[in-house]
Amino acid sequence: MDIHEYQAKEILSGFGVPIPRGGLAYSPEQAAYRAREIGGNQWVVKAQVHTGGRGKAGGVKLCNDEHEVLDAANELFGKRLVTHQTGPDGKVVYRIYIEGTVPIEHELYLGLVLDRKSERVMVVASGAGGMEIEDIAANEPDTIIRSVVEPAVGMQAFQAREIAFGLGIEPAQVQQMAEIIMGCYRAFRDLDATMVEVNPLVITTEGSVVALDAKMTFDDNAMFRRPNISELRDKSQEDPRESQAADRGLSYVGLKGKIGCIVNGAGLAMATMDMIKQAGGEPANFLDIGGGATPERVAKAFRLVLSDDNVEAILVNIFAGINRCDWVAEGVIKALEEHPVNVPLVVRLAGTNVEEGRKILAQSGLPIIRATTLSEAAERVVAAWQNDLKHNVKLVDTK
Amino acid sequence: MSILVDRATPVMVQGITGKIGTFHTQEMLKYGTNIVCGVTPGKGGSDVHGVPVFDTVKEAVAKTGAEASVMFVPPPFAADSVMEAADGGLKLCVAITDGIPAQDMIRVKRYMRRYRQTKRMRLIGPNCAGIISPGKALLGIMPDHIYETGSVGVVGRSGTLGYEAAAQMSELGIGVSTSVGIGGDPVNGSSFRDILELFEADSDTSAVVMIGEIGGPQEAEAAEFVRDHMTKPVIAYVAGLSAPKGRRMGHAGAIISAFGESASEKVEILRDVGAVIAPTPAAIGETVRDTLANAA
Repeated sequence: MDIHEYQAKEILSGFGVPIPRGGLAYSPEQAAYRAREIGGNQWVVKAQVHTGGRGKAGGVKLCNDEHEVLDAANELFGKRLVTHQTGPDGKVVYRIYIEGTVPIEHELYLGLVLDRKSERVMVVASGAGGMEIEDIAANEPDTIIRSVVEPAVGMQAFQAREIAFGLGIEPAQVQQMAEIIMGCYRAFRDLDATMVEVNPLVITTEGSVVALDAKMTFDDNAMFRRPNISELRDKSQEDPRESQAADRGLSYVGLKGKIGCIVNGAGLAMATMDMIKQAGGEPANFLDIGGGATPERVAKAFRLVLSDDNVEAILVNIFAGINRCDWVAEGVIKALEEHPVNVPLVVRLAGTNVEEGRKILAQSGLPIIRATTLSEAAERVVAAWQNDLKHNVKLVDTK
Repeated sequence: MSILVDRATPVMVQGITGKIGTFHTQEMLKYGTNIVCGVTPGKGGSDVHGVPVFDTVKEAVAKTGAEASVMFVPPPFAADSVMEAADGGLKLCVAITDGIPAQDMIRVKRYMRRYRQTKRMRLIGPNCAGIISPGKALLGIMPDHIYETGSVGVVGRSGTLGYEAAAQMSELGIGVSTSVGIGGDPVNGSSFRDILELFEADSDTSAVVMIGEIGGPQEAEAAEFVRDHMTKPVIAYVAGLSAPKGRRMGHAGAIISAFGESASEKVEILRDVGAVIAPTPAAIGETVRDTLANAA
């Protein structure tokens, strides 16, 4: 789960990380008021959206008086910000964060991640901040410092000091830096984060160290014990279908293709997408309805897939393990009775009680194209989709 | 032979009194698994399908001699149960539970290192379908009827995709020595490499099917092992060729976040070390058949 910059800053500030003075606004008037509240004569107006690369996309504006703040906020609110991370649909700005500016001497990078190779928390830091870590890794790999945390005892002060000295900063700032690193680590550990990123972390001309931007991502599996973090979820930043799915216990990822997929199990769902592509189609979504595939889940899955207007054909691929194919088949039929499907539908069942399941589909009288194997299923759904397209084009032609 | 479990292995079920634990205990008993005890704190003294239930792992081990456990404990308590199993002297724990916090798993793996390698419990999973040695024992949730006895080892992250592979092989008359699900979480007990090592040493396994997916470094680590130590043929498929970067595909660990984590990169790495690549998930069975024919 992602949170906004201002939320991450508030959290990190609670762990002793210095941040600039700032305030949140839901309207341009509020933004101007916040600027006055913060004081000074220069502010940064920042769109709060769940993505990196906001600056380049025009989501961060420097303002020199209250009118400029008002104008900048006016322009940003409701804007669809498209960055290299959001995809073409972008993310809409509903919240704006206003901060006083900080005189920058030097920019640094600080990140904490769950490193899958060591299976531990790893601190990554670089003296070359201000650009994304991927770019630092590509352009200045020698500046990157990595330090793995021993989980039994947690991060030690000497590790934080080593990183701080390694960044080549002035001795006067080393202690500040070490405290910031320790604070970020404690936030990561205590709140079940999977990522904390402060980029840039700046050294001001006055010699203090300040987090100019902050990003935190949390472990979805741990949210049951982090109600305060869970509350920070902002559904306006999620694909509505994905959040709907998550609320119903399904795992959905919207994609750009035309063929909707309903599959049980994440691996089989990915494999089914691969097969559709192989057969000449493009999947409209990833959808894992869970290993169990109960009739209720099948029905929910149909509703979800059909809510995507791009879907022009559907493939259901269920490998029944613990449950039975006859049961899944009944679920499919029930779903179709409740939500008639007007695009080609291919159903492939395999596993326990497969014969009974196929018989139920055949006898239902519903326009279901059946398939036995995975490859047959993919070929048939792509063929049915292409035929349907031709058919529809003809109908238009005769009008 | 088979790896990890066979007919004689005395098995404990952790979380046996829950709905899921009870159901699968019955299925595993039906398959012939030698289940000797269950553990649910506070339910000691009761029984589930005739299996005696104990309050603690240590007590259950002392009374029944259990050596392996299969675990269905809910996520908030699962890590604790794995550590209890490790401390209780079990040799193997198969964690089925889906949804364990990643930092809990980091702690579990650190905790297990307290024990000398020879005394250290082997953890499979979490978030996996378990282990089946066809005709011998089932410590998991897979539909057992799709597995024929045979000599091909199977290791994969995904449950249902593993079933798909097993069903394709059965269809062609190819049986399985042991099938191991290592699970879809970013921090897990045993890696592809660990399981390949066991299959390489198992005299009854003649080839191994490895079913990977996007995300994480484990397929690349396995490739190094294949290059340096495997004499048996390895057939590989990696799911997620059509998965976009930076999006989590169901499994907590199925996300392309670094170089070498995409399906096509993993396929290249595995091909380079001599693994036979199944071109599509529908061709896993026939790729195994052809590879076995070539090896013969």
